[in-house]
Amino acid sequence: MIVDMKPEDIVGEYREATLTYYDGKSRKVLYTELETPYPDGKLIVSTTTPDGVISHVNRAFVEMSGYSEAELLGAPHSILRHPDMPAAAFKDLWDTVLRGEKWQGFVKNLRKDGGYYWVKATVIPNVRGGKVVGYTSVRRKPSRSKVDECIALYPTLF
Amino acid sequence: MSVMFTVSPDFAPDRLSGWYIFNTWLQKQSAEAIHLEMYNHYQDLHQAIAEDKIDLIYANPFDAAMLVREKGFLPLVRAKGESDEAIIAVNADSNINDVADLKPNTRVAFTDDPDVRLMGMIMLEPADLHTGNIVPLLSDNHVLVAKHLLKGEADVGIILAEAYDNLSGMIKKQLRVLVRSQISVIYHSLMIGPRLQNRRDDFQKILVAMDKDEKGNGVLNALGFSAWQKIEDEEMEFMIDLMDTLNT
Repeated sequence: MIVDMKPEDIVGEYREATLTYYDGKSRKVLYTELETPYPDGKLIVSTTTPDGVISHVNRAFVEMSGYSEAELLGAPHSILRHPDMPAAAFKDLWDTVLRGEKWQGFVKNLRKDGGYYWVKATVIPNVRGGKVVGYTSVRRKPSRSKVDECIALYPTLF
Repeated sequence: MSVMFTVSPDFAPDRLSGWYIFNTWLQKQSAEAIHLEMYNHYQDLHQAIAEDKIDLIYANPFDAAMLVREKGFLPLVRAKGESDEAIIAVNADSNINDVADLKPNTRVAFTDDPDVRLMGMIMLEPADLHTGNIVPLLSDNHVLVAKHLLKGEADVGIILAEAYDNLSGMIKKQLRVLVRSQISVIYHSLMIGPRLQNRRDDFQKILVAMDKDEKGNGVLNALGFSAWQKIEDEEMEFMIDLMDTLNT
Protein backbone atom coordinates (compact mmCIF):
# COMPACT_ATOMS: atom_id res chain seq x y z
CA MET A 1 0.00 0.00 0.00
CA ILE A 2 1.35 3.42 -0.89
CA VAL A 3 -0.22 6.53 0.59
CA ASP A 4 0.16 10.26 -0.03
CA MET A 5 2.95 12.01 1.86
CA LYS A 6 1.83 14.06 4.85
CA PRO A 7 2.82 17.71 5.48
CA GLU A 8 3.47 16.97 9.16
CA ASP A 9 6.28 14.54 8.18
CA ILE A 10 8.09 17.14 6.08
CA VAL A 11 11.09 19.11 7.31
CA GLY A 12 11.48 22.55 5.71
CA GLU A 13 9.73 24.26 2.84
CA TYR A 14 8.30 21.87 0.32
CA ARG A 15 6.75 21.56 -3.10
CA GLU A 16 4.06 19.14 -4.25
CA ALA A 17 3.95 16.76 -7.17
CA THR A 18 1.76 13.85 -8.20
CA LEU A 19 3.58 10.76 -9.41
CA THR A 20 1.84 8.21 -11.58
CA TYR A 21 3.35 4.73 -11.48
CA TYR A 22 3.51 2.10 -14.22
CA ASP A 23 0.44 0.33 -12.78
CA GLY A 24 -1.64 3.50 -13.13
CA LYS A 25 -1.73 4.27 -9.40
CA SER A 26 -0.69 7.72 -8.30
CA ARG A 27 0.71 9.34 -5.18
CA LYS A 28 1.02 12.91 -3.96
CA VAL A 29 4.61 13.56 -2.90
CA LEU A 30 6.03 16.50 -0.97
CA TYR A 31 9.69 17.31 -1.51
CA THR A 32 12.30 19.76 -0.32
CA GLU A 33 15.77 20.80 -1.44
CA LEU A 34 17.49 19.25 1.59
CA GLU A 35 20.08 16.65 0.66
CA THR A 36 21.21 13.94 3.11
CA PRO A 37 24.80 13.02 2.19
CA TYR A 38 25.39 9.32 1.61
CA PRO A 39 27.46 8.00 4.56
CA ASP A 40 30.93 6.63 3.77
CA GLY A 41 31.42 2.88 4.02
CA LYS A 42 27.74 1.89 4.18
CA LEU A 43 25.58 -0.13 1.83
CA ILE A 44 21.82 0.15 1.65
CA VAL A 45 20.37 -3.29 0.99
CA SER A 46 16.82 -4.37 0.26
CA THR A 47 14.99 -7.20 -1.38
CA THR A 48 11.60 -7.14 -3.04
CA THR A 49 9.08 -9.64 -4.29
CA PRO A 50 8.87 -10.11 -8.08
CA ASP A 51 6.24 -7.30 -8.04
CA GLY A 52 8.59 -4.82 -6.39
CA VAL A 53 7.10 -5.01 -2.89
CA ILE A 54 9.78 -4.60 -0.19
CA SER A 55 10.41 -7.84 1.72
CA HIS A 56 13.70 -7.06 3.51
CA VAL A 57 15.60 -3.90 4.44
CA ASN A 58 18.82 -3.35 6.36
CA ARG A 59 19.49 -0.71 9.00
CA ALA A 60 21.15 1.69 6.54
CA PHE A 61 17.97 1.64 4.42
CA VAL A 62 15.87 2.61 7.44
CA GLU A 63 18.30 5.36 8.45
CA MET A 64 18.61 6.91 5.00
CA SER A 65 14.96 6.67 3.95
CA GLY A 66 13.58 8.09 7.21
CA TYR A 67 10.86 5.41 7.28
CA SER A 68 10.60 2.76 9.99
CA GLU A 69 11.18 -0.86 9.06
CA ALA A 70 7.48 -1.57 9.62
CA GLU A 71 6.52 1.20 7.17
CA LEU A 72 8.90 -0.13 4.53
CA LEU A 73 8.06 -3.84 4.67
CA GLY A 74 5.12 -4.52 2.41
CA ALA A 75 5.37 -1.13 0.68
CA PRO A 76 6.26 -0.88 -3.01
CA HIS A 77 9.89 0.10 -3.63
CA SER A 78 8.53 3.12 -5.50
CA ILE A 79 7.86 4.67 -2.07
CA LEU A 80 11.35 6.16 -2.60
CA ARG A 81 10.62 7.60 -6.03
CA HIS A 82 11.58 11.26 -6.37
CA PRO A 83 9.73 13.51 -8.85
CA ASP A 84 13.10 14.54 -10.37
CA MET A 85 13.69 10.94 -11.51
CA PRO A 86 12.50 10.34 -15.08
CA ALA A 87 10.13 7.40 -15.58
CA ALA A 88 12.46 6.25 -18.38
CA ALA A 89 15.13 5.33 -15.80
CA PHE A 90 12.75 2.95 -14.00
CA LYS A 91 11.46 1.53 -17.26
CA ASP A 92 15.05 0.72 -18.17
CA LEU A 93 15.53 -0.87 -14.72
CA TRP A 94 12.48 -3.12 -15.09
CA ASP A 95 13.20 -4.00 -18.74
CA THR A 96 16.74 -5.01 -17.72
CA VAL A 97 15.91 -7.13 -14.67
CA LEU A 98 12.95 -8.78 -16.44
CA ARG A 99 15.49 -10.00 -19.02
CA GLY A 100 17.30 -11.59 -16.07
CA GLU A 101 20.17 -9.09 -16.21
CA LYS A 102 21.81 -6.81 -13.68
CA TRP A 103 20.87 -3.10 -13.73
CA GLN A 104 23.04 -0.29 -12.50
CA GLY A 105 22.31 3.41 -12.36
CA PHE A 106 22.37 6.58 -10.33
CA VAL A 107 19.15 7.37 -8.50
CA LYS A 108 17.83 10.34 -6.54
CA ASN A 109 15.69 8.90 -3.75
CA LEU A 110 12.95 10.65 -1.81
CA ARG A 111 12.99 10.51 1.99
CA LYS A 112 9.96 10.41 4.25
CA ASP A 113 10.82 13.94 5.45
CA GLY A 114 10.76 15.27 1.87
CA GLY A 115 14.55 15.45 1.55
CA TYR A 116 16.60 13.40 -0.89
CA TYR A 117 19.79 11.35 -1.24
CA TRP A 118 21.70 10.16 -4.28
CA VAL A 119 22.83 6.55 -4.64
CA LYS A 120 24.60 4.29 -7.08
CA ALA A 121 22.14 1.42 -7.29
CA THR A 122 22.58 -2.14 -8.52
CA VAL A 123 19.58 -4.43 -8.90
CA ILE A 124 19.77 -8.14 -9.65
CA PRO A 125 17.12 -10.83 -10.01
CA ASN A 126 17.23 -13.52 -7.28
CA VAL A 127 17.11 -16.75 -9.23
CA ARG A 128 16.27 -19.89 -7.22
CA GLY A 129 15.81 -23.18 -9.00
CA GLY A 130 15.69 -21.35 -12.34
CA LYS A 131 12.85 -19.07 -11.18
CA VAL A 132 12.99 -15.37 -10.28
CA VAL A 133 11.75 -15.16 -6.69
CA GLY A 134 12.52 -11.48 -6.14
CA TYR A 135 15.10 -8.76 -6.60
CA THR A 136 18.01 -7.56 -4.48
CA SER A 137 19.00 -3.93 -4.62
CA VAL A 138 22.25 -2.64 -3.20
CA ARG A 139 23.00 1.07 -3.04
CA ARG A 140 26.40 2.58 -2.46
CA LYS A 141 27.92 6.04 -2.31
CA PRO A 142 28.07 7.66 -5.76
CA SER A 143 30.81 10.01 -6.93
CA ARG A 144 29.86 13.68 -7.05
CA SER A 145 30.89 13.92 -10.71
CA LYS A 146 28.43 11.15 -11.68
CA VAL A 147 25.67 12.81 -9.65
CA ASP A 148 26.37 16.12 -11.40
CA GLU A 149 26.10 14.38 -14.79
CA CYS A 150 22.70 12.97 -13.76
CA ILE A 151 21.49 16.35 -12.49
CA ALA A 152 22.20 17.69 -15.99
CA LEU A 153 20.85 14.66 -17.87
CA TYR A 154 17.67 13.61 -16.06
CA PRO A 155 15.59 16.76 -16.73
CA THR A 156 16.09 16.14 -20.47
CA LEU A 157 14.46 12.69 -20.21
CA PHE A 158 10.95 13.90 -19.25
CA MET B 1 40.24 -42.12 2.35
CA SER B 2 40.94 -38.80 3.97
CA VAL B 3 39.13 -35.62 3.09
CA MET B 4 40.84 -32.29 2.63
CA PHE B 5 40.06 -29.20 4.66
CA THR B 6 41.47 -25.75 3.95
CA VAL B 7 41.12 -22.21 5.19
CA SER B 8 40.96 -19.09 3.05
CA PRO B 9 44.50 -17.61 2.95
CA ASP B 10 43.29 -14.40 4.65
CA PHE B 11 43.28 -16.14 8.07
CA ALA B 12 45.00 -14.14 10.81
CA PRO B 13 48.57 -15.53 11.17
CA ASP B 14 48.21 -15.87 14.94
CA ARG B 15 45.21 -18.19 14.41
CA LEU B 16 47.20 -20.72 12.38
CA SER B 17 47.66 -23.10 15.34
CA GLY B 18 43.95 -22.61 16.19
CA TRP B 19 42.95 -24.04 12.82
CA TYR B 20 45.14 -27.14 13.37
CA ILE B 21 43.57 -27.64 16.81
CA PHE B 22 40.12 -27.22 15.25
CA ASN B 23 40.94 -29.79 12.60
CA THR B 24 41.97 -32.33 15.24
CA TRP B 25 38.79 -31.64 17.21
CA LEU B 26 36.62 -31.99 14.10
CA GLN B 27 38.26 -35.30 13.15
CA LYS B 28 37.48 -36.75 16.56
CA GLN B 29 33.91 -35.49 16.63
CA SER B 30 33.04 -36.53 13.07
CA ALA B 31 35.16 -39.71 12.93
CA GLU B 32 36.37 -38.60 9.50
CA ALA B 33 40.06 -38.58 8.57
CA ILE B 34 40.51 -34.90 7.73
CA HIS B 35 43.75 -33.46 6.42
CA LEU B 36 44.23 -29.72 6.86
CA GLU B 37 46.12 -28.00 4.06
CA MET B 38 46.84 -24.29 4.46
CA TYR B 39 47.56 -22.20 1.38
CA ASN B 40 49.41 -18.90 1.60
CA HIS B 41 48.09 -17.47 -1.64
CA TYR B 42 44.70 -17.38 -3.34
CA GLN B 43 46.27 -18.58 -6.56
CA ASP B 44 47.28 -21.86 -4.90
CA LEU B 45 43.87 -22.22 -3.22
CA HIS B 46 42.01 -21.61 -6.48
CA GLN B 47 44.17 -24.19 -8.24
CA ALA B 48 43.29 -26.77 -5.56
CA ILE B 49 39.57 -25.91 -5.89
CA ALA B 50 39.78 -26.20 -9.68
CA GLU B 51 41.33 -29.66 -9.29
CA ASP B 52 38.47 -30.71 -6.92
CA LYS B 53 40.91 -31.44 -4.10
CA ILE B 54 38.93 -29.65 -1.38
CA ASP B 55 36.07 -31.14 0.66
CA LEU B 56 35.77 -28.66 3.50
CA ILE B 57 36.69 -25.00 3.42
CA TYR B 58 36.45 -21.92 5.59
CA ALA B 59 35.79 -19.72 2.59
CA ASN B 60 36.06 -16.08 1.78
CA PRO B 61 32.67 -14.69 0.60
CA PHE B 62 34.14 -14.00 -2.81
CA ASP B 63 35.03 -17.67 -3.24
CA ALA B 64 31.76 -18.85 -1.66
CA ALA B 65 29.82 -17.76 -4.74
CA MET B 66 32.06 -19.77 -7.04
CA LEU B 67 32.08 -22.79 -4.69
CA VAL B 68 28.27 -22.93 -4.61
CA ARG B 69 27.57 -22.18 -8.25
CA GLU B 70 30.42 -23.96 -9.97
CA LYS B 71 31.57 -26.64 -7.55
CA GLY B 72 28.37 -27.75 -5.79
CA PHE B 73 29.46 -26.74 -2.27
CA LEU B 74 26.86 -26.12 0.44
CA PRO B 75 27.13 -23.89 3.51
CA LEU B 76 27.52 -25.33 7.00
CA VAL B 77 28.13 -22.58 9.55
CA ARG B 78 29.55 -19.11 10.08
CA ALA B 79 31.27 -17.56 13.08
CA LYS B 80 28.55 -15.97 15.22
CA GLY B 81 28.57 -12.18 15.18
CA GLU B 82 31.55 -11.94 12.80
CA SER B 83 31.43 -10.14 9.45
CA ASP B 84 34.05 -9.05 6.92
CA GLU B 85 34.77 -5.35 6.86
CA ALA B 86 37.51 -3.30 5.22
CA ILE B 87 39.15 0.00 5.98
CA ILE B 88 40.84 2.62 3.84
CA ALA B 89 43.91 3.90 5.68
CA VAL B 90 46.38 6.70 4.98
CA ASN B 91 49.61 7.82 6.60
CA ALA B 92 48.75 9.88 9.70
CA ASP B 93 50.58 12.85 8.13
CA SER B 94 48.76 12.60 4.81
CA ASN B 95 46.91 15.68 3.62
CA ILE B 96 44.05 13.45 2.40
CA ASN B 97 41.08 13.90 4.71
CA ASP B 98 38.28 12.55 2.57
CA VAL B 99 38.06 9.86 -0.10
CA ALA B 100 36.68 12.55 -2.43
CA ASP B 101 40.13 14.27 -2.24
CA LEU B 102 41.74 11.36 -4.11
CA LYS B 103 42.68 11.77 -7.78
CA PRO B 104 43.43 9.35 -10.62
CA ASN B 105 46.84 7.66 -10.34
CA THR B 106 46.46 7.35 -6.58
CA ARG B 107 48.84 4.65 -5.35
CA VAL B 108 46.67 2.00 -3.67
CA ALA B 109 48.23 -0.83 -1.63
CA PHE B 110 46.22 -4.02 -1.04
CA THR B 111 46.63 -7.77 -0.67
CA ASP B 112 45.29 -10.49 -2.96
CA ASP B 113 42.30 -10.95 -0.60
CA PRO B 114 39.45 -10.59 -3.12
CA ASP B 115 36.58 -9.50 -0.90
CA VAL B 116 38.63 -6.95 1.03
CA ARG B 117 39.87 -5.50 -2.24
CA LEU B 118 36.30 -5.39 -3.58
CA MET B 119 34.98 -3.60 -0.47
CA GLY B 120 37.95 -1.23 -0.55
CA MET B 121 37.50 -0.34 -4.22
CA ILE B 122 33.80 0.35 -3.57
CA MET B 123 34.83 2.81 -0.88
CA LEU B 124 37.15 4.53 -3.39
CA GLU B 125 34.40 4.89 -6.02
CA PRO B 126 33.14 8.23 -4.64
CA ALA B 127 36.48 9.65 -5.91
CA ASP B 128 35.84 8.12 -9.37
CA LEU B 129 38.69 5.67 -8.75
CA HIS B 130 38.55 2.21 -10.28
CA THR B 131 41.03 -0.52 -11.18
CA GLY B 132 41.76 1.22 -14.48
CA ASN B 133 42.97 4.53 -13.03
CA ILE B 134 44.85 3.65 -9.83
CA VAL B 135 48.46 2.59 -9.39
CA PRO B 136 48.11 -0.81 -7.69
CA LEU B 137 50.64 -2.03 -5.13
CA LEU B 138 49.97 -5.71 -4.53
CA SER B 139 51.33 -6.67 -1.12
CA ASP B 140 51.87 -10.07 0.46
CA ASN B 141 49.95 -9.29 3.64
CA HIS B 142 48.13 -6.53 5.51
CA VAL B 143 51.22 -5.56 7.55
CA LEU B 144 53.07 -4.86 4.30
CA VAL B 145 50.16 -2.69 3.14
CA ALA B 146 50.63 -0.66 6.33
CA LYS B 147 54.38 -0.48 5.70
CA HIS B 148 53.82 0.91 2.19
CA LEU B 149 51.80 3.70 3.82
CA LEU B 150 54.42 4.36 6.50
CA LYS B 151 57.20 4.60 3.91
CA GLY B 152 55.15 6.92 1.71
CA GLU B 153 55.15 4.37 -1.13
CA ALA B 154 51.33 4.23 -1.20
CA ASP B 155 48.76 7.03 -0.82
CA VAL B 156 46.03 4.77 0.55
CA GLY B 157 45.85 1.19 1.74
CA ILE B 158 42.97 -1.27 1.75
CA ILE B 159 43.13 -3.47 4.85
CA LEU B 160 40.84 -6.08 6.37
CA ALA B 161 39.35 -4.24 9.38
CA GLU B 162 40.16 -7.10 11.75
CA ALA B 163 43.80 -7.14 10.55
CA TYR B 164 44.01 -3.37 10.97
CA ASP B 165 42.66 -3.59 14.51
CA ASN B 166 45.31 -6.22 15.29
CA LEU B 167 48.23 -4.12 14.00
CA SER B 168 50.65 -3.00 16.72
CA GLY B 169 49.87 0.25 18.49
CA MET B 170 53.15 1.65 17.14
CA ILE B 171 52.06 1.12 13.51
CA LYS B 172 48.48 2.27 14.10
CA LYS B 173 49.71 5.52 15.65
CA GLN B 174 51.33 6.38 12.34
CA LEU B 175 48.21 5.61 10.30
CA ARG B 176 44.77 7.19 10.02
CA VAL B 177 41.50 5.49 9.03
CA LEU B 178 39.79 7.38 6.23
CA VAL B 179 36.76 5.08 5.94
CA ARG B 180 35.67 1.92 7.70
CA SER B 181 33.03 -0.20 5.98
CA GLN B 182 29.83 -1.04 7.85
CA ILE B 183 28.45 -3.69 5.55
CA SER B 184 27.61 -6.37 8.19
CA VAL B 185 26.16 -8.89 5.71
CA ILE B 186 29.33 -10.33 4.19
CA TYR B 187 31.09 -13.08 6.10
CA HIS B 188 33.34 -16.12 5.84
CA SER B 189 31.59 -19.47 5.90
CA LEU B 190 32.53 -23.06 6.54
CA MET B 191 31.39 -25.01 3.50
CA ILE B 192 31.16 -28.67 2.55
CA GLY B 193 31.96 -30.15 -0.85
CA PRO B 194 30.02 -32.73 -2.88
CA ARG B 195 32.03 -35.80 -1.75
CA LEU B 196 31.16 -35.16 1.90
CA GLN B 197 27.61 -33.87 1.58
CA ASN B 198 25.97 -37.02 2.92
CA ARG B 199 27.45 -35.92 6.27
CA ARG B 200 26.28 -32.31 6.08
CA ASP B 201 23.67 -32.64 8.85
CA ASP B 202 26.15 -34.39 11.15
CA PHE B 203 28.78 -31.70 10.66
CA GLN B 204 26.24 -28.93 11.18
CA LYS B 205 25.02 -30.48 14.43
CA ILE B 206 28.54 -31.01 15.76
CA LEU B 207 29.60 -27.46 14.93
CA VAL B 208 26.49 -25.67 16.21
CA ALA B 209 26.85 -27.49 19.54
CA MET B 210 30.60 -26.82 19.75
CA ASP B 211 30.43 -23.87 22.17
CA LYS B 212 28.41 -25.91 24.68
CA ASP B 213 31.20 -28.44 25.02
CA GLU B 214 34.10 -27.44 27.30
CA LYS B 215 36.83 -28.64 24.96
CA GLY B 216 34.99 -27.32 21.93
CA ASN B 217 34.67 -23.94 23.55
CA GLY B 218 38.41 -23.81 24.13
CA VAL B 219 39.03 -24.63 20.46
CA LEU B 220 36.66 -21.85 19.42
CA ASN B 221 38.64 -19.45 21.62
CA ALA B 222 41.79 -20.46 19.78
CA LEU B 223 40.07 -19.37 16.57
CA GLY B 224 38.85 -16.11 18.10
CA PHE B 225 35.19 -17.11 17.73
CA SER B 226 32.43 -17.38 20.33
CA ALA B 227 30.28 -19.98 18.53
CA TRP B 228 29.29 -21.36 15.14
CA GLN B 229 25.90 -20.47 13.72
CA LYS B 230 24.06 -22.50 11.08
CA ILE B 231 23.80 -20.94 7.62
CA GLU B 232 20.52 -21.59 5.83
CA ASP B 233 20.78 -22.17 2.08
CA GLU B 234 18.77 -19.00 1.39
CA GLU B 235 21.14 -16.92 3.57
CA MET B 236 24.03 -18.10 1.45
CA GLU B 237 22.12 -17.39 -1.77
CA PHE B 238 21.39 -13.90 -0.46
CA MET B 239 25.08 -13.25 0.22
CA ILE B 240 26.01 -14.57 -3.21
CA ASP B 241 23.46 -12.21 -4.81
CA LEU B 242 24.94 -9.39 -2.76
CA MET B 243 28.47 -10.18 -3.87
CA ASP B 244 27.14 -10.25 -7.41
CA THR B 245 25.73 -6.73 -7.10
CA LEU B 246 29.00 -5.46 -5.63
CA ASN B 247 31.21 -7.12 -8.19
CA THR B 248 30.44 -4.55 -10.89
